Amino acid sequence: MGDINRAMAEQYRNDFLKEVEANVEEGQWVKMCMQCGVCSGSCPLGPAWEHPPQEIFMMIRAGRRDEVLKSESMWMCTSCYNCIVRCPRELPITHIMHGLANYAHRLGLAPKMNPTRRFAKKFWNNLAKSGRVNEIELSVGLYFMDGFKTGIARAWAMKDIGIGMLKAKRLNPFGFLTHKGCKDKKGIHKMLKKAREIEDRRKGFTA
Amino acid sequence: MARKEYSFYPGCSSERLTSASNYMVSVEAMCKKLDVQLNEIPDWNCCGASIGYAEGGELPRHVMNARNLAISEQVNKGQDVVATCAACWLGARETKDRLAHDSDLLAETNEALREAGMNLQYKGEQEVRHMVEVLIEDLGYDELKKPVVKSLEGIKFAGYVGCQTNRPFGIVGESFENPKYLDKLVEIVGGEPVEKYDQKVTCCGGALAFSEPEKSQAQIKKIIESAYDHGAEMIVTPCPVCQMNVEVYQGQINKRYGTKFNMPVTYYSQLMAVAYGGSAKDAGLDGQIIRARKLEEIAAKGVR
Repeated sequence: MGDINRAMAEQYRNDFLKEVEANVEEGQWVKMCMQCGVCSGSCPLGPAWEHPPQEIFMMIRAGRRDEVLKSESMWMCTSCYNCIVRCPRELPITHIMHGLANYAHRLGLAPKMNPTRRFAKKFWNNLAKSGRVNEIELSVGLYFMDGFKTGIARAWAMKDIGIGMLKAKRLNPFGFLTHKGCKDKKGIHKMLKKAREIEDRRKGFTA
Repeated sequence: MARKEYSFYPGCSSERLTSASNYMVSVEAMCKKLDVQLNEIPDWNCCGASIGYAEGGELPRHVMNARNLAISEQVNKGQDVVATCAACWLGARETKDRLAHDSDLLAETNEALREAGMNLQYKGEQEVRHMVEVLIEDLGYDELKKPVVKSLEGIKFAGYVGCQTNRPFGIVGESFENPKYLDKLVEIVGGEPVEKYDQKVTCCGGALAFSEPEKSQAQIKKIIESAYDHGAEMIVTPCPVCQMNVEVYQGQINKRYGTKFNMPVTYYSQLMAVAYGGSAKDAGLDGQIIRARKLEEIAAKGVR
């Protein structure tokens, strides 16, 4: 990952905007931002962003590559789409933030311990395994991702919710064993592998 | 033959023993009464949901959605695709939109799709719609009223629309800031919508309820508090993530903030299933963690 990051930084030199336009989902829209700040004011988690979206857009144009890609900011996006519908220039802001987070993650620059990054990774791997989400495996896996002891403490803190879900028959206690997922798992794995290969080639992640 | 037929994309949370299985139960009861037939897309897969982007990236996400749509085109010919889950609908529709406007991405998508079984090719032939859209646009409020045999009179509902059934696509003719359709659905079944409910489109935190629980629970607190402030006895929503987040964390919020929340959170389809004469079980009310007692009482009453 470090190598890809170095290669990208070298390829685009001082033009971070160009790099974003080429490699980030919907990045070609960044230059259209007129700095009105409606996105930042509309974000439900606005105060939690170190650099709200409007600032991120300006920082991209100012070439502050490391500060943007290493930021926790984009990881605060809840995908509520408020910014998209309110943006007077109709920038797909939510997608750009997702794209930046994904790009930072792929380059190995995203904050390692950011909880949303870690959850998102677990979530995708969970669904990709069988084609469908296995909820019990996902939630238990999440509690225990920092080891057994913290796992027990986290599971204990969530026990009332877990018991409630079990009683309401909205959680499968045997899901580890009985979760079926899709029939064509093999095909889905091959399809996803191919998709990743194509995307990596297009974005220059592989030679 | 049923009055309407759709190609149905149920999604991961609708399966038996999952977080929105009660939603699915009530949708089945509702559709039966409305004579709407849902033809499940065979071997459908996850849409990637709103959090899949970080590891999944762009193309793998679209390929997942395109697989469902391509199977639907092949098997459920000529039918619109309908999803009950907000994230499923959003994911699938986003893919449809993106592929319609980007021929390179479309070609790449189909290249990857060929690796999956069933000899799939995505053509973009079918519309992707949410169940609420189908109810309102294809059937209409008058038709939705016809099967009502029991009024939900005397129950005050806060219509919590949330994010993803509302933005960025939303329901045609509704505003993003103050959509009215959920209130109208409440009125149709005889309930009383809380008109001044000011948190109806507030975000519950979505997937961040798992990863950033404090920040999400601050959002959820606002959503419930406003429902109480305006005299609501129940919250009603069209989204499985909204339902789960707003219902299950009330105990933790009470501990954190010293509140005494105990507000049932239901689906629009549960209201309709009860109003159409279904039992509590038909309406999936046994799947509530905070029991919707008033609805259960009405469901237990005989039809006049």
